[in-house]
Amino acid sequence: ASGEEDGAVEEKETNNKKRTKGAIATAWLTFYNIAMTAGWLVLAVAMVRFYFHKGTHKGLYKTIARTLKFFQTFALLEIGHCAIGIVRTSVIVTGVQVSSRIFMVWFITNSIRQIQNEESVVLFVVVWTLTEITRYSFYTFKLLNHLPYFIKWARYNLFIVMYPLGVIGELMTIYGALPYVRRSGMYSLRLPNKYNVSFDYYYFLIIVMLSYIPLFPQLFLHMLRQRRRVLHGEVIVEKDE
Amino acid sequence: MKHYEVEILDAKTKDKLCFLDKVEPNATIGEIKSMFHKSHPQWYPARQSIRLDPKGKSLKDEDVLQHLPVGTTATFYFRDLGAQISWVTVFLTEYAGPLLIYLMFYFRVPFIYAPKYDFTTSKHWVVHLACMCHSFHYVKRLLETMFVHRFSHGTMPLRNIFKNCTYYWGFAAWMAYYINHPLYTPPTYGEQQIRLALIVFLFCQIGNFSIHIALRNLRPPGSKTRKIPYPTKNPFTWVFLLVSCPNYTYELGSWLGFTLMTQCLPVAFFTLVGFIQMTVWAKGKHRSYLKEFRDYPKLRSPILPFVL
Repeated sequence: ASGEEDGAVEEKETNNKKRTKGAIATAWLTFYNIAMTAGWLVLAVAMVRFYFHKGTHKGLYKTIARTLKFFQTFALLEIGHCAIGIVRTSVIVTGVQVSSRIFMVWFITNSIRQIQNEESVVLFVVVWTLTEITRYSFYTFKLLNHLPYFIKWARYNLFIVMYPLGVIGELMTIYGALPYVRRSGMYSLRLPNKYNVSFDYYYFLIIVMLSYIPLFPQLFLHMLRQRRRVLHGEVIVEKDE
Repeated sequence: MKHYEVEILDAKTKDKLCFLDKVEPNATIGEIKSMFHKSHPQWYPARQSIRLDPKGKSLKDEDVLQHLPVGTTATFYFRDLGAQISWVTVFLTEYAGPLLIYLMFYFRVPFIYAPKYDFTTSKHWVVHLACMCHSFHYVKRLLETMFVHRFSHGTMPLRNIFKNCTYYWGFAAWMAYYINHPLYTPPTYGEQQIRLALIVFLFCQIGNFSIHIALRNLRPPGSKTRKIPYPTKNPFTWVFLLVSCPNYTYELGSWLGFTLMTQCLPVAFFTLVGFIQMTVWAKGKHRSYLKEFRDYPKLRSPILPFVL
């Protein structure tokens, strides 16, 4: 009999530990999403203020660079969230999305000065800002159990316009950077060397651009499927009422 | 002798696909598959998955009708496994590719390197050695496929051949390009490094072959029995004391040797990717050994002694 009691006590302790872990995870995720919403809002405000004062986009990147790099890099944590299971999304999908952002920020825009004032950069930064503010506020309100319909609507509808525009901005930026990459030979390794390997960043970028062709439709269709699942369910409930 | 009636339903739609009457009680699933094939010629036996439950495990070809938990009217569910291709065909294709592709780079066939190098040979003797080792490795694999290995399954899904060939052929081309390049740099520590690498490589090739022979001898011809492998008189098999899948251990060793010999980063990368895949396979095999055999030796690890 005492053996059974011990077992019951142990189970209660494990359940308590699970509940505590769940509470800590929710608290951390709420803080994370509030912080990221705020960060991207700051970026939005900075961009609007710059345009009001200067009337041009030239020099905009330099002004927002630090903030953009900080908050976009911080998003790497999201891969960790999926890996330890406190967010139920595929690690691979999150990994691909965050990696492509990190790549655009650090390996294209930050390192190739000559393209920083291109219009295509403004395009994808604006798109990212609008998308991230919507996304992080969606998560925040969801975690706090007070999700307004308009945010849910925005999250599952704006992407239809934002995704293609963002892809256009990113591709145009990479394409514009190609001549400078070729001329400078940056991030490239030529033969002969003792590792007997070579790497040509110029051709690598061309492969990256080509990879958008299979990857973008898949990500876009994934979002469309999620949209149908989330919004379609709602429609049925309303009809019954 | 009481005969059975067999009905086969589609696992997804539950449609009645086939009805067989007067089936012998000692008929095997394999024989039932042949009968099903007659009424549905597009589904050859290799692509049939027959099960007792729509979502259950596939029954084996050797399973006998009267020993299964079915009444005299047996209901089976059918799932199409898709187009199949034999393991032997896949292995031969995926291994012949690297053999030929590497040689194309070694002989500097036109359109790979600058025209002035066409059909020239490398001035570094390690490059000739590397070609011999690489070719030997794949010839060995081809011969083992034809004469040594005894496969449990006859076939695998057709799409695997595209996946596997892309992997083997792609990596072979990538490695061969650099090793046979006119601007190739020989290993930093020269003859010492190459000699050590060659010893490791040959040792592991012999080891790998010994394991393949030992595994073959576990299974009489034509049978699909599974037994625990044990060390034999051949010292190269004594590693069975510490490892479940020493063939993979030796394979890793061979490629580490080849990496050391060529000092080529793409080779190191190929070794790493292969190691990851073999570890996944070794862990799976180790787990199924533990599940199937109560008395499985506790000292063994899947692929690396004591470590992994």
